[in-house]
Amino acid sequence: MNLDWAWIERNLSMIGSLLVEHVVLSLVPVVIAFVISLPLGYLVSKTRRVANVLLAFLGVIYSVPSLALFVLMPLMLGTQILNPINIIVALAIYSIALLVRSVVDGLRSVPTPVKQSASAVGYGWPRRLFRVEMPLAMPVIFAGLRVVTVSNIALVSVAVLIGSGALGKLFDLGFGSNFYTPIIVGLVLTLALALIADAFLLLIQRGTLPWFRKRAVA
Amino acid sequence: MNLFDYLTDPANWQGPGGIWYLLLQHIGYTVAAVAIAAAVGIPLGIVIGHTNRGSFLVIGLSNAARAIPTLGLLVLVVLLLGTGVGPIIGVLAVLALPPILTATAAGIRGADHDAVHAARAVGMSARQIVGKVEWPLALPLVISGLRSATLQVVATATVAAYSSGGGLGRLLITGNATRNYSEMFAGAFLVALLAIVLDVLLGALGWLAGRHAHPASKRSAARQQSALDLAA
Repeated sequence: MNLDWAWIERNLSMIGSLLVEHVVLSLVPVVIAFVISLPLGYLVSKTRRVANVLLAFLGVIYSVPSLALFVLMPLMLGTQILNPINIIVALAIYSIALLVRSVVDGLRSVPTPVKQSASAVGYGWPRRLFRVEMPLAMPVIFAGLRVVTVSNIALVSVAVLIGSGALGKLFDLGFGSNFYTPIIVGLVLTLALALIADAFLLLIQRGTLPWFRKRAVA
Repeated sequence: MNLFDYLTDPANWQGPGGIWYLLLQHIGYTVAAVAIAAAVGIPLGIVIGHTNRGSFLVIGLSNAARAIPTLGLLVLVVLLLGTGVGPIIGVLAVLALPPILTATAAGIRGADHDAVHAARAVGMSARQIVGKVEWPLALPLVISGLRSATLQVVATATVAAYSSGGGLGRLLITGNATRNYSEMFAGAFLVALLAIVLDVLLGALGWLAGRHAHPASKRSAARQQSALDLAA
């Protein structure tokens, strides 16, 4: 097996910048998707018929393989094939496809008596939404957020096939020269990044939604 | 150059390496990998779901599987075991296993407890309970597990072209190497289409199984339930 651990030391700055690139390419889409999915999911949850059509459509988008979506992006955006914007937008689309469903499921999981009680004690819709419905929907939304974050981190490396792909470049490098070290470094860093991001989201959830601490939501 | 040039040129569809060949290869990889994963995952899922043991393992496995960068795993396995169909189908099957295993275990464990108790009360053996009660009730979920596994494999089989595999991913790789966007588009378009068609087919199959498992519609079941609540 062709291994050389000193390679890591010699290429530390390159690995570092790939890691930063990986974080940007995988997490910026999550932020974009979160900002878009909250209002979109709320609107969808209000309209039952339109909701089902839209959710079915998002399901179809979610079934398109990531590499295909990366390649189709230049058509929609008018960008060059190697532009990292393609990856960010494609992953944002995936994330939205999944997060909108989480937001809808979360809002629908709020019991009707709770909503009616809020209205009965005089909450108008904005206060009811932000003080009652959203906080109660958050555990489901966070579950979606964690899935999206972890799968984005895993998906970015696929983009190396079209010339980008952050830590995925290490796989390309190792495969091209029959050299295992970069491949193992890439695998370990990707998994570690996914684990850390997941734990971080869990911490945010615990911190911002302390009232759910006892009920574990996977 | 026109976007559809590559797709509409009949010469590109014929012969080894042609679109038909790559499409069949892609479907072949997918069917083989999902079949292997199902042969392992469904019996194992039934055991785990029925005995209710090791479910924490299943949940952990399915969460961890999502974090695996498929390209890295493929490249590593191909370097270790050599190029060829075997290692690629092996990796694809490993990636298809978690969704099938989790869905089967969840379906069996989630089978209506009243039905299971009733089956036990009328003297069914464990084998009969699994085969005649739990399995039919779990089937819609098992099919949804097969559905996510299939989508995962179709997507990863595309990536497999990079590590010397065949399938529709070839069009993306050669198209990118020769700066032929029309060829890349053909690959992406066909892969997306294949995934959507398989998704719809398996979705329809799951819907049929669901109707078989719960013949009464949800609404009438809910009405019966509320009638029972009122009566009580």
